[in-house]
Amino acid sequence: MLTITNSQFSSRLFVGTGKFSSAAVMKRAIIASGAQMVTVALRRVDLENPEDDIMSHIDIKKIHFLPNTSGARNATEAIRLAHLARAASGTPWLKLEVTPDPRTLLPDPVDTLKATEQLVKDGFIVLPYMNADPILALRLQDVGAAAVMPLGSPIGTNQGIQTALQVAIIIEQARVPVVVDAGIGAPSHASQAMEMGADAVLVNTAIAIADDPVRMAGAFKQAVEAGREAFEAGLGASSTTARPSSPERGRIGEQLDFIDG
Amino acid sequence: MSSGFKISNFTELRAQILSGTANRVSAALNKQTCSLDDLAALLSLPAEDYLPQMAARSREITAMRFGRTTQIFAPLYLSNFCVNRCAYCGFAADNNIPRKKLSLNQAEQEAEILKQRGFNHVLLVTGEAPARAGVDYLEAVVRRLKNRFAAISIEVQPLEENEYGRLFAAGVTAVAVYQETYDREIYKKIHLAGKKCDYDYRIATPARAAAAGMREIGIGALLGLADWRCEGLAIGMHLSWLRKRFWKTNFTVSFPRLRPAAGSFEPLVNVTEKNLTQLIFALRIFDPDVGLVLSTREEARYRDGMLGLGPTRYSAGSCTAPGGYSSNEHDGEQFSVGDHRTIDEVCATVSEKGFDPVRKDWDREFQK
Repeated sequence: MLTITNSQFSSRLFVGTGKFSSAAVMKRAIIASGAQMVTVALRRVDLENPEDDIMSHIDIKKIHFLPNTSGARNATEAIRLAHLARAASGTPWLKLEVTPDPRTLLPDPVDTLKATEQLVKDGFIVLPYMNADPILALRLQDVGAAAVMPLGSPIGTNQGIQTALQVAIIIEQARVPVVVDAGIGAPSHASQAMEMGADAVLVNTAIAIADDPVRMAGAFKQAVEAGREAFEAGLGASSTTARPSSPERGRIGEQLDFIDG
Repeated sequence: MSSGFKISNFTELRAQILSGTANRVSAALNKQTCSLDDLAALLSLPAEDYLPQMAARSREITAMRFGRTTQIFAPLYLSNFCVNRCAYCGFAADNNIPRKKLSLNQAEQEAEILKQRGFNHVLLVTGEAPARAGVDYLEAVVRRLKNRFAAISIEVQPLEENEYGRLFAAGVTAVAVYQETYDREIYKKIHLAGKKCDYDYRIATPARAAAAGMREIGIGALLGLADWRCEGLAIGMHLSWLRKRFWKTNFTVSFPRLRPAAGSFEPLVNVTEKNLTQLIFALRIFDPDVGLVLSTREEARYRDGMLGLGPTRYSAGSCTAPGGYSSNEHDGEQFSVGDHRTIDEVCATVSEKGFDPVRKDWDREFQK
């Protein structure tokens, strides 16, 4: 089970709700993914309107609703949107996104830290989207982030875990869960993140724009489960040279009786 | 901003485009990021043979960046008074059309109709008549309307940076200001009188709006005035220049093709649907992140066919005369539209074609 603050999740796949061809397809994909955590951009929903297309397709009794601040270009805007989200939806959970460059949508480390600190003080459960910077992850955790969400590669690029070295350090150091977010373009990327020991992954574009988003959601579900299972089972180290799968008995230290004893 | 944007003359741009060969087109299609030379190749005549490949690449990039969605908006014409004499425009000062400026109440009435019809993004449009529809008026309209909509954009006369700042503070999210033509010679010939005659002031306008903090800037050229291939390259150059200086700003490009309008103006060059299509694909491949607008100037058949292939934003149910939504009175319109469907009809087709018609993709809370 994945635990974030006091909430437990049996699924380690989080999904996003953007870019789908319709709310109906989105709903079926969410169900197929088995995800229990679903993030929604505030800019896309009309929180005052109960018939809003996206929200009316998410069963918030079964699914943890994680509003995000997509579009915010600084801490002030993100904080204001967060308060709006909490007032309208009642949830203190928040995926913090501060992305001043609308082109790459890369997160601003300075304002993300600033906003996280303030929002934690304001009582939010903050999951910040961040670049894969290990020190930033530590700083965010120190100001009270409930989890950290380093990117694998820029949003929507489907380039996979290009930041693997940095993500590995983040995973090794973090006290809070690490959710690899952005850039996961194929189930194999999700498996890779999970095998590395990430606590969860967040996927959106790769599911939403697949020819069959529902089947792709199912594929990601299996990939995340397989990757986690492998991590827990204890992956062997990799090597560039061949090693016999049945080691010859007695080879190691055969002339040293204190080893080969 | 120390130095402004300068555009080469069209003779140079044409030479750059003429150097496009089939090999260069093919190379451009296989690159992750395209240079301006690649854009020139994609706009060249030999690239016409690559339209299917360009369509595939453009479609793929558009899906990656924007998903299976299309944003929907409507224009709200506030005033058709105009001091300019632009040869191609129905609002030109010397055209004998009924002139009208909406009062705040009338603007609110039009806005309410658009809201009821399901629009959440509106574009406020005026002619250029600062004495009648100046910044004070625009600011008052925006303050009156802003609680109804998720986003308000403007397409009005070029303003000063501090004026854009006032409108941004009032709730304007985006500014569209098209150069009409980047060809200085032709620009001079068709802008017969009024402040708009100043090519340099106009071309510096998007940078002023961006410097004032606007979230999004729309640029573009009116197709039918000059060589469309050169316009496309000029747009790409303008876009690159703006992106380098205003990295926090979102950009969109529009491709309005000349439509029948009051006056007797005939397009100076013919731009076919095939040409427009090549231009759209070329710009999409050149700049994967730019929003591309396809308005109701184009016919329903064409707009439906282009869904998902490059454009990301469609207007719908548009009337281009002030007060046209409440009165059904289309006299005094800027141009006659090519797609007469209602928003619901447009959205139904968008959905049928496998795309989500997105009516809300912003929130007024961003700018409080």
